[in-house]
Amino acid sequence: MIRVEDLNISLPGFDLSNINLSIEENEFFILMGPTGAGKTVLLEAIAGLVPIKSGKILIGEKDITRLPPEKRGISIVYQDYALFPHLTVLENITYGLHFHRIDKAQAEKRLNRLLEVVNLSHLKERLPVNLSGGEKQRVALARALMVEPKVLLLDEPLSALDPNFREEVRNALKRLHQSSNTTFLMVTHDFVEVLSLAGRAAVMNKGHIEQTGHVKEIFEKPASPFVADFVGMKNLFKASFSGTHAMVLGVRIEIGRTVDPSSQYLAVRPEDIVISRNKFSSSMRNNYSGIITQIDNQGFYYEITVQIKDVSFKGLITKGALIELGLEEGIPVYVSFKASAVHTF
Amino acid sequence: MKREPFFWITISCGLVIMAFILLPLIEMMTAPSLSMLKETIKDKDVVRSIWLSIYTAGLAALISFVLGTPLAYLLARRDFMGKRLVEGIIDLPIVIPHPVVGIAILSVAGKNHWIGHLLSELGIRVMGSVTGIVIVLTFVGMPFYLNAAKNGFENISPRLEKVSRSLGASMFSTFFRITFPLAWRSMLIGIIMCCARAISEFGAVVIVAYHPMIAPVLIYERFEAYGLKYSQPVAVWLVSICLVLFLILRILTLRKTREA
Repeated sequence: MIRVEDLNISLPGFDLSNINLSIEENEFFILMGPTGAGKTVLLEAIAGLVPIKSGKILIGEKDITRLPPEKRGISIVYQDYALFPHLTVLENITYGLHFHRIDKAQAEKRLNRLLEVVNLSHLKERLPVNLSGGEKQRVALARALMVEPKVLLLDEPLSALDPNFREEVRNALKRLHQSSNTTFLMVTHDFVEVLSLAGRAAVMNKGHIEQTGHVKEIFEKPASPFVADFVGMKNLFKASFSGTHAMVLGVRIEIGRTVDPSSQYLAVRPEDIVISRNKFSSSMRNNYSGIITQIDNQGFYYEITVQIKDVSFKGLITKGALIELGLEEGIPVYVSFKASAVHTF
Repeated sequence: MKREPFFWITISCGLVIMAFILLPLIEMMTAPSLSMLKETIKDKDVVRSIWLSIYTAGLAALISFVLGTPLAYLLARRDFMGKRLVEGIIDLPIVIPHPVVGIAILSVAGKNHWIGHLLSELGIRVMGSVTGIVIVLTFVGMPFYLNAAKNGFENISPRLEKVSRSLGASMFSTFFRITFPLAWRSMLIGIIMCCARAISEFGAVVIVAYHPMIAPVLIYERFEAYGLKYSQPVAVWLVSICLVLFLILRILTLRKTREA
């Protein structure tokens, strides 16, 4: 549906290089990456708002690389809503209709459906200044979809919202995606949003794409150390592989399968690590004894760092488990994980 | 509560400045008698010069608006090499001594310069003409409009324009539907400042065009020929009419804003 081919952008002090993306029709695709990775620039380039150096952007089979933004059929929603402050909610939403020839009855129908989905019917005559953050972002969404764009670009649409509004807008996003034929491309760095909304995703870093794939695949099988670190693979080590095991600073780790010889790293998600006071008898192939060196309160979870020889493993446990096991810094514990929980790249 | 000495210093300085500005103005405004004011406004020369002042200043503001708006927009939206230089050039007319402005304009518009030559071929006279007055007033008033309009544009997020474009609006539609409605108040303030500056110009105009006489030149002439007493009533009329005009403009626009 939308294809970005070998896109290069050169801005003062910032470059996007060799961006390739392919997104299917009506897909919900998410672009992740740290601040400064170039996500917003990529979105604006797709919308035609940033000049590009080389490469192509296609929608369907149509090359839109040289089209001005108003001819592309791509809407954009920003983090700061960008509502027109001098227009009412209704005028904001119907703004795009001035430039699209559509039947009046059909427009009316579309408007009512959108107002219902984003739940704004009672606020039609308000000015943006009198709306809450969540309401503003729902207006921005309705305005963007009123022209039935082929692609909707969302630049961190939820990150400026209070947590309670975030869920409300996230649900609106989900409903809007399901009830339209539009392809959604959204930038975020919130994993909750990624997991609850996206089908596929890409991870960007320093102006290029590190990995593209299904969300599950990115979280479970990061293709590079950067992606692993970014998606929360805390236990990431440089390793030497031989046969079905690997060595990390003198610690032997069973992988249970032969590994691509070009691999250099292995990683284990902290939530896949089991921590116990007594030797854990199970089918888990990797069992070690170590010493707790650090316990970090992370809100809902505690992150436990266990030193095994020269390697520090991090595991997550609940507060209940922490108390029940009587874990403290400096005490010996056992660490176990399955061979299948080991990711290599 | 006992106030600190610092507080009293700020208050006293403020009062001195208020008095410094208001005393001479009030003194001048109240000096002529009503009958004298009446007599003055019956004087055809006075009416003609005040009218000339107002409409040449208005024309200068109009020209600044038409030519200056695109440049103000460009400066607010784009970064380019030499932008600081352009901004510096725009401010030049503010810092150049007024008679120098007149002399500078005459050196281009005079017969010895090819532009002046071309103009006289076309039958356009600058020296001693309304055209000349408008050119001078535009020269001195333009920076005030440009800076006010530029500030207005800068205060509008470029994202509003980006969203508008993505919704199908061309750059022109975007400007007239989004940018202009959000910036017009700054532009209007720019126009008023440009007008005010133009109406007060004397030094540059007197060099380019002593005749036809704008109000400041007439006031100066009456002062020179007949003294303070005869120049005051004209000054009072000029100031009053300008204040009333600006007041009406402000009230009209305030009312419109509330409707929107």
